[in-house]
Amino acid sequence: MKKTPLNQLHRDLGARMVPFGGWDMPVQYTGVIDEHLAVRSAAGLFDVSHMGEIEVRGAGALAYIQELTINDASTLVDGQVQYSAFCYPDGGVVDDVTLYRFAADHYLFCVNASNVDKDFAWMQKVLSEGDFSDVELTNRSDSFGQLALQGPKAAAILARLTDLNLETITYYHFAQGAVAGIPTIISRTGYTGEDGFELYCAADAVARLWQELLAAGAPDGLVPIGLGARDTLRLEKKYALYGHELSEAITPLEAGIGWITKLDKPSFIGRTVLLDQKTRGVPRRLVGIRMCEPGVPRADYPVYADGTVIGVVTSGTMSPSLKVGIALALVATEQSAIGTKLEIGIRQKRVAAEIVKTPFV
Amino acid sequence: MEFPEELKYTEEHEWVMIEDDIVTVGITDFAQDSLGDVVFVELPEVGAMLEAGKSFGVVESVKAVSDVYSPVSGEVVEINEDLPDTPELINTSAYEDGWMIKIRLSDTAELDDLLDADAYQAFVDEQG
Repeated sequence: MKKTPLNQLHRDLGARMVPFGGWDMPVQYTGVIDEHLAVRSAAGLFDVSHMGEIEVRGAGALAYIQELTINDASTLVDGQVQYSAFCYPDGGVVDDVTLYRFAADHYLFCVNASNVDKDFAWMQKVLSEGDFSDVELTNRSDSFGQLALQGPKAAAILARLTDLNLETITYYHFAQGAVAGIPTIISRTGYTGEDGFELYCAADAVARLWQELLAAGAPDGLVPIGLGARDTLRLEKKYALYGHELSEAITPLEAGIGWITKLDKPSFIGRTVLLDQKTRGVPRRLVGIRMCEPGVPRADYPVYADGTVIGVVTSGTMSPSLKVGIALALVATEQSAIGTKLEIGIRQKRVAAEIVKTPFV
Repeated sequence: MEFPEELKYTEEHEWVMIEDDIVTVGITDFAQDSLGDVVFVELPEVGAMLEAGKSFGVVESVKAVSDVYSPVSGEVVEINEDLPDTPELINTSAYEDGWMIKIRLSDTAELDDLLDADAYQAFVDEQG
């Protein structure tokens, strides 16, 4: 099992460690609900050093990225970030990613931890089989550490440790500068729906960055956050998690990320199938579900309407903010309207629920 | 972690308090700590007949679903009506306010299969 540079610090903080995508990661420190609420009301610090970073360099980088990804990278300027995805030719998703543009010939993908090797192999295959020149790929996952500082107090906390004017770094933009003297990529992005930052630094500096941030943020209630709350926080905002809402068997149009699927781009891998699916109409859609009766929906539970199965829960939990069961589910498009009454199959029972607007909070 | 001397225990991490032919059942401090924040509890109805070793209910944390197994056979005579609305009692008071059900024993010999506090402590230590 792989360990991030913070493994011992997590244990010292009393974290409960679990295997996640081949990594030994903290699932919680004090408790998922407390940690979740701390991020919504103050700030939380996440070790996301398990995430992968793959660099694309060369004069041909943009042409390659345009074919590789479903979003339109040509709209990016230096210092901008884009949410995107790689698809297979059949429209299934290889991975969802964020793309950083440093310069016209220098980009960086941040990819899911469990998909790093698959993604890098896919990127190399696309490069070798396509008509590209002057493109260089480097898997830099082992050389980066990454932290996420999230919550309404995140900017105030980070400002104490850097001379950069954080107000100039707007949502989905980044800058490079020193945080506590450590060279850092400061990206105004996250996976919680709160204001905040994802901070990339050298792997051998990330432990110091973690400790400096925790110390600087303590007066504001900054606490370390495990993967448990990371999952409930993203779920309340309907952010997709690869392996649940996105997979090789689910297209981006079905998963609700049609907004990053730029079918007007002349060419990209998966475009033909996705254009066809868009024209015909998607057979199923990702929806938000709220329980009307007590019960906690979970991944793989069946979704019923009028007594028949119309879909399946992809992720579910008891929402710490709402104190009610919430879920994301892929359901038949004709029964996906907001307000549709459903039932979730929970063990031997069918429990009343309904489709609601998202995000949930 | 506390395992009161006056209680009996199972290897499935339930505790049992014996008062004549009525036993009160809950989950141990070890079990609640392993689960994390309890957010949902499913209990049987009063009058249900339980069989030793079979699941009688469910405790769910944010992350996980866990069955709870009946330590003994018998009839459910009372359930903790506070748990549906305040499942966190299992975290905050595992041995008192977080009790789950009371069972009228049908076979007192089954009590011999339960662990005392020292034996349960040793079992938990083994689990690491």
